Amino acid sequence: MMNNSGASAAGSSSGSGEGSAPRRNFKRPKYSRFTQQELPACKPILTPQWVISVVEIVDRYDSACIPRNMAKDKVAYIQNAAINKTCNRTLKVLKNMDQPIYVYYQLDNFYQNHRRYVKSRNDAQLRSADEASETSGCDPERTTAGGAPIVPCGLIAWSLFNDTYSFKRGNENVMVNKKGISWKSDRDHKFGKDVYPKNFQNGALIGGAKLDPNKSLSEQEDLIVWMRTAALPTFRKLYGKIEVNLKANDTITVTLENNYNTYSFNGKKKLVLSTTSWLGGKNDFLGIAYLTVGGLCFFLATAFTVVYLVKPRKLGDPSYLSWNRSPLGY
Amino acid sequence: MDHDRPSPPPLLPEPPIRLDPAARSTRVDLISFAVDSPVPRRGSRADSERLATSQKELSDDDARLVYINDPAKTNERFEFAGNSIRTAKYSILTFLPRNLFEQFHRVAYVYFLVIAILNQLPQLAVFGRGASVLPLAFVLLVTAVKDAYEDWRRHRSDRIENGRVASVLADGGRQFQPMLWKDIRVGEIIKIAANETIPCDMVLLSTSDSTGVAYVQTINLDGESNLKTRYAKQETLSKSVDKEGFAGLIRCERPNRNIYGFHANMEIDGKKVSLGPSNIVLRGCELKNTAWAVGVAVYAGRETKVMLNSSGTPSKRSRLETHMNRETLLLSGLLIALSSVVCVLAGIWLGNHKDELDYSPYFRKRNFSSDDEKYYNYYGIGMQIFFTFLMSVIVFQIMIPISLYISMELVRLGQAYFMIRDASLYDEASNSRFQCRALNINEDLGQIKYVFSDKTGTLTENKMEFQCASIQGVDYSGGKASSPRDWEVCSVVVGNQFWRPKLLVKTDPELVRLLRSGRETREGMRAREFFLALAACNTIVPLTVETPDPKQKLIDYQGESPDEVALVYAAAAYGFVLVERTSGHIVIDVLGERLRFDVLGLHEFDSDRKRMSVIIGCPDKTVKLFVKGADNSMFGVIERSINLDIIHATETHLHAYSSLGLRTLVIGMRELGSAEFIDWQSAYEKASTALMGRGSLLRAVAANVECNLHILGASGIEDKLQRGVPEAIESLRQAGIKVWVLTGDKQETAISIGYSCRLLTSEMTQIVINSHSKDSCRKSLEDAIAMTNKLAAIFPGAQNTITGTGSPRIPLALIIDGTSLVYILETELEEELFKAATACDVVLCCRVAPLQKAGIVALIKNRTDDMTLAIGDGANDVSMIQMADVGVGISGQEGRQAVMASDFAMGQFRFLVPLLLVHGHWNYQRMAYMILYNFYRNAVFVFMLFWYVLYTAFSLTTAITEWSSVLYSVIYTALPTIVVGILDKDLSRKTLLKYPQLYGSGQREERYNLKLFILTMMDTVWQSLAIFFIPFLAYRHSTIDGSSLGDLWTLAVVILVNIHLAMDVLRWNWITHASIWGCIVATAICVIIIDSMPVLAGYWAIYHVMGTGLFWLLLLGITVAGMVPRFAMKAFTEYFFPSDIQIARELEKFGNLDAVAASEIPMSTFSPRHRRFI
Repeated sequence: MMNNSGASAAGSSSGSGEGSAPRRNFKRPKYSRFTQQELPACKPILTPQWVISVVEIVDRYDSACIPRNMAKDKVAYIQNAAINKTCNRTLKVLKNMDQPIYVYYQLDNFYQNHRRYVKSRNDAQLRSADEASETSGCDPERTTAGGAPIVPCGLIAWSLFNDTYSFKRGNENVMVNKKGISWKSDRDHKFGKDVYPKNFQNGALIGGAKLDPNKSLSEQEDLIVWMRTAALPTFRKLYGKIEVNLKANDTITVTLENNYNTYSFNGKKKLVLSTTSWLGGKNDFLGIAYLTVGGLCFFLATAFTVVYLVKPRKLGDPSYLSWNRSPLGY
Repeated sequence: MDHDRPSPPPLLPEPPIRLDPAARSTRVDLISFAVDSPVPRRGSRADSERLATSQKELSDDDARLVYINDPAKTNERFEFAGNSIRTAKYSILTFLPRNLFEQFHRVAYVYFLVIAILNQLPQLAVFGRGASVLPLAFVLLVTAVKDAYEDWRRHRSDRIENGRVASVLADGGRQFQPMLWKDIRVGEIIKIAANETIPCDMVLLSTSDSTGVAYVQTINLDGESNLKTRYAKQETLSKSVDKEGFAGLIRCERPNRNIYGFHANMEIDGKKVSLGPSNIVLRGCELKNTAWAVGVAVYAGRETKVMLNSSGTPSKRSRLETHMNRETLLLSGLLIALSSVVCVLAGIWLGNHKDELDYSPYFRKRNFSSDDEKYYNYYGIGMQIFFTFLMSVIVFQIMIPISLYISMELVRLGQAYFMIRDASLYDEASNSRFQCRALNINEDLGQIKYVFSDKTGTLTENKMEFQCASIQGVDYSGGKASSPRDWEVCSVVVGNQFWRPKLLVKTDPELVRLLRSGRETREGMRAREFFLALAACNTIVPLTVETPDPKQKLIDYQGESPDEVALVYAAAAYGFVLVERTSGHIVIDVLGERLRFDVLGLHEFDSDRKRMSVIIGCPDKTVKLFVKGADNSMFGVIERSINLDIIHATETHLHAYSSLGLRTLVIGMRELGSAEFIDWQSAYEKASTALMGRGSLLRAVAANVECNLHILGASGIEDKLQRGVPEAIESLRQAGIKVWVLTGDKQETAISIGYSCRLLTSEMTQIVINSHSKDSCRKSLEDAIAMTNKLAAIFPGAQNTITGTGSPRIPLALIIDGTSLVYILETELEEELFKAATACDVVLCCRVAPLQKAGIVALIKNRTDDMTLAIGDGANDVSMIQMADVGVGISGQEGRQAVMASDFAMGQFRFLVPLLLVHGHWNYQRMAYMILYNFYRNAVFVFMLFWYVLYTAFSLTTAITEWSSVLYSVIYTALPTIVVGILDKDLSRKTLLKYPQLYGSGQREERYNLKLFILTMMDTVWQSLAIFFIPFLAYRHSTIDGSSLGDLWTLAVVILVNIHLAMDVLRWNWITHASIWGCIVATAICVIIIDSMPVLAGYWAIYHVMGTGLFWLLLLGITVAGMVPRFAMKAFTEYFFPSDIQIARELEKFGNLDAVAASEIPMSTFSPRHRRFI
């Protein structure tokens, strides 16, 4: 980590101490922070922690949270509303994690970028209450069977993720802050403050979470996060933030409601706790890529230099012009 | 353009004298013969009737009937066009449909239209309605605006033209009244004053001249600046139209575009009079030297000959564009391949997941909200695959670069602008700029391998200058000692005025002395007769031109043959000034004494006789026959029994003259006895009134009388080489361009011009083919081929290109004449000629007819892929100019026909060098690069989309917003490539002119070929991989949303393609900087604007993603990784395997060109060889 260390007070004290015998010491160099090389400076120490200081805990729970007796028919298990789907997981913290620690859920093999899916929304409806009946593009979740418009309509909203997590360190509850997990721009301009869910998840097939009909869409941050559709079929979504530091060797107990059906399409579900750096989450690729490209450039430069030294060519030498070379070569 | 024109006899030096037989008969009528000889005055009625019947009778069905002075009756059925013209293509109403119809002639646009329509189907709606139509609409709009502007300009000029005023005999009235041009109707009588433009095609009725002559200048029609004579008919002359009215019927042929033909007859006062081309004046001509002329409108408006002839510029397609279409097909194949891959994979994916899709949250096949459909938007795997295929075609549509076509048009426009503005292509002498008439073959100028050049007017100036004469076997080719004082001799005193010929010719003092003093001596008499022949034996019209000095007037000689003009000026310089020519007599000022000569008969030039003659009644009551003609034809009719030594001496002089490159004519004369004259006259009368075969009868009469001539002498006329021609030819030769000269001149003249323009050199071996039968042609060709093979065998290293430097091979020249070509072209011998001709370094064709010129161009064009260029200035070059890949017209002396048919027009032959070596080179390099770059630019985008599709369950989602994908090729990246295509220069003008060999790069198609295309495509794939996978891997397992990643990809691809372009830009100026960096900034702004719209899904994404460091690191990483292979490759080849262009560029930068050039002189004296390139 970086530390700023100002010059200590030692210099000034020695300066005042010699005031008693100024004459004898007239050759004594005059003090300045510059001459004494004591200018304030930053002393960076390149530690791996500084470069990549991201700590990440990943826990896949989709199959582990199925009771053994139901393991053969996971879909039946998840679709059976009667079964209590609470599941406990234990996580071990390997390294110190400074707050904020981000809690993500990661879905694999979920094509949030599928054409049928990304198009199935209506941004006008989300913004303003006046456009509640504007459901074009929302097929197949446009209206209820009776023809009443669904707010928010579309497959994306319908399939809202509905697993929940709560964390305990020992016996101490670790609070997850779910405020501010969505983009402020989305809350302010994209999801209306006066738009309330209507006819949502009333159909024959329940896709995912239900929404509190008394909370406006701009306050439904899980929905806002979910509706920023992911670019790639394996993606994370922010669930919340833990705002305490976790120490190495802490044991975290996660109590989760395993509600979301990824079993029908062999999707995986993972819970991720991660700190971030200025480069975002944990990803070694960029470093490797930069090293590779840098190495390649270095290699090319070296090769070029070697060939140049072995077989130099004078620039702009007309004897190299094709018509000046004899037909038999030179 | 005008194919109907009867091909003028190409056999110079005697150009045709176009005189209509009917007109001439009128003139003969008017001869008042001084000698009281029995000239029967023929009744003009009988004559006309006979002439009329001799013509093909016009049936009323085929004819247009014009009732003179009765336009209402004439146009009873409203079938004749009014005189308002319309060159504009569109009106406000028709603009949209017509313009769209024309634009959709381009197949690519139809393709994009089909795609836009497909996209409107709900199952295939990949893009929104607006976004899908936008690129096509944009391109159509740009073209439409361009077309609308051009049409507006045409509308404006139409308005001006239609609003001009002419004076027309008011309907039924007795008075001429002003009327707008557009209101003139067929049948109306129009009066034209001097210097006025003629508003429609009209038959002359009367003129201010008592003999009915009117002079017109046809410069707007065919560009010929000399005056043409037109005649009103005898029968109508006397009528005073405005007083007594006028009635009659003209029966004329239907409107056609032959400006040299007119076929009609006129019924007037119960007589039938025939009308020919000399009785009609055409719209666009100007009346000159005639106070007024009255005529009746027969064709108006769009039916006039000038309008029928103003067809559009020829449309050709450039070589590069043809090749481009090949690669476009390849890209279409690639597009189909990508689409097939996507749809097959989509099918497999659907098959594998078919059990899951009913309820899967992201697919949700089953429909719950409506009862009538079980599935939502799902039609079974087969249909799904089919739809996926169509959708992928829609998504990947820009694989075919839509903007390329419009970019190419704009680039060519820009290139044309710089060619037109180039000061080194401006001809001061004719005050003419370079003209780009065809806008779509600019880049062909960089790939020319053969130049076919006319000689007269192209290599030479076609300003004939009398140089020397041989009179009575004495050569007078001095003329150096002439001083201005000597010119006084040629001024003529008329009243108190001095008349002086406009052009001064240097004279030989000895000859002047002889003429002055020698009235008594035999030599003097002969010399006088020689010059009298020069002054009389022609069809020149002298015109007087006012000068600022009221005491002085200039005599301007106008004639259709520049040789005749030169001879008349020469005669004037020696004191034989032709002062006046009317129909029946001429006035010549002979050394200060004005004499009147009667022209009794004139045998015009024809290509069989190759001579013309005139029979003159002299003031001393003698009748003389003067003949001038080509030497070989003249020596056949000269009396060889006397003066044999003179004939021999003249022959020697003629040989000397033609080896100097002079055009020679032999002049002979004979005095006709009265019996002989009467015989001739009756034969002449009979022949000129004959019903059948008048031409051959007249020829026979001429041949009869043109015999037993005394030789007077010979003249040598210099056809001066244009400035810079030898240097230009040498440059072209060094550039690897074969120059073939096709001329109508005779062989000796052609060869001597060949030497003087350094086409032929003394070390060349000449193969001459002059054959008069097919068998002898075959034999000559076989010999020629054997000879080339023999030489090739002796020097096996030498290739048969003319560019073999230091090659020890003896250069070969093939000289072939038109007679031989008759037996060769379009027969099986063509192949042999091709072999022989391509093996020779220089080919010179002499005595060729216009169609043969085209045939020779076709000989090369049909057998090789080499680009051909034809350059010429006259009507006889039109067919050749149209045949060649690139036609260049010289806007010179011989009129504008060649220019009208050409793709490019300029003032001088030597401009060919900067045109080809500099502009052609640049245009080719730029266009070739631009096409490849456009392919690359769009393909890299498509590949990027394709990689993403692989991660979206093959459902063709694009992370990039639809607006960005449609704006990509039209806005984000279009401008820099256009700017670079117009402005980039690989080498400076100086270098390109210094090393003509650099032109070879275009000939060898170095900058655009399949190999380069494939390399570019490989680079494209790599770059698209870098763009896609670097962010993909960096954002794997992250919270990145589609819009943010899409914005990153958008910016990355735009930056990458612009950096790619920047890396290849060779000359940076502020415009290049502004366009390239400006485009990146503009893209960023567009992306920001798109992301600032809350109704779009990607709202605010760019702000979020730009706030992260990773975003910037990724952009940098993509740019570096994407460019490394290309950069390394470029650096490596440029340094270790430099192309000629690269070395020349280094020379420009580091070497001092001058020092280098000095050391190179021995190499460039004869064209160096260059690498054979496959």
